[in-house]
Amino acid sequence: MRFGVVVFPGTNCEFDTYRALGEVLGLEVAYVWHQERDLSGLDGVILAGGFSYGDYLRTGAIARFSPVMASVAEFAERGGLVMGICNGFQILCEAGLLPGALQRNNHLQFRCAWSYLRVENNSTPFTNQTSQGQLLRIPVNHGEGNYFADPETLAELNRHGQVLFRYADAEGRITDEANPNGSVENIAGICNRRGNVMGMMPHPERACEAILGSEDGKYLFMSMVNHLKGRAACV
Amino acid sequence: MLYRAEVKVVLKPGVLDPQGRTVENAVKTLGYEGVSQVRIGKCIALTVEAASQEQAAALVEELGRRVLSNPVLETFTYSLTAQTGVR
Repeated sequence: MRFGVVVFPGTNCEFDTYRALGEVLGLEVAYVWHQERDLSGLDGVILAGGFSYGDYLRTGAIARFSPVMASVAEFAERGGLVMGICNGFQILCEAGLLPGALQRNNHLQFRCAWSYLRVENNSTPFTNQTSQGQLLRIPVNHGEGNYFADPETLAELNRHGQVLFRYADAEGRITDEANPNGSVENIAGICNRRGNVMGMMPHPERACEAILGSEDGKYLFMSMVNHLKGRAACV
Repeated sequence: MLYRAEVKVVLKPGVLDPQGRTVENAVKTLGYEGVSQVRIGKCIALTVEAASQEQAAALVEELGRRVLSNPVLETFTYSLTAQTGVR
């Protein structure tokens, strides 16, 4: 089982992601440069956080036209697992692999803080090691994480269980105060209809070691591992 | 022919514009009255080479849709001016 961490110019969370997967979880992992077109041999692809292409034009807008993104789209089409973290989420939305878009935080401030995520659907390749309603303590670190989708898209997301996480308070209540960026319906992470492409603003790779304050991020990566174990290797 | 295009990208009505709201608050703080619905967008200027005005318009239209705006949040309009005497 092999994971790829996609690196664009301006990506800055690739080392954290590589460490979480490789050193903490002992998985096989490799960097994938944005010029790469060949994703063969990978079972999971992770678009790491950062500021690809300086966030010029819009967050993720330029990255989506990188050579690697055409391959990521094909990889997803073949059923491969794709996870976008923070800027990776923004890129997946720009690329149309996930519905909706990420806007400037409603308070205009960059927000770097711990957040609680309530698991809204634990029967996906990214959440199968969590329990429904479980609270995960995972940090956010972004200026443009304000998830937006029109009412029809939101209804679709809710109807098909595509909302994976909502920002909650420490008791699991979905409140405005617990919402770090103004995301509609406190949405922190979603997946596509098929369930093999997911994006989230919080950083699970930064919450995989006790010394960092939380190990809850492991649940997500271990869910991917668990899902992949249950089927033939390499898509 | 060279054409100068100006593409104006704006947020769709109903999409929250925290920047616009903040500017509006600042304007009100300064004591100005009767100012409302401040919305912030982008103006992107580009020169395109095309055989005709129609071809230039088609190219700008496509760029506006595929690259310069995000249709989830934004709409765009553009103007096109032939650059006479320039080659």
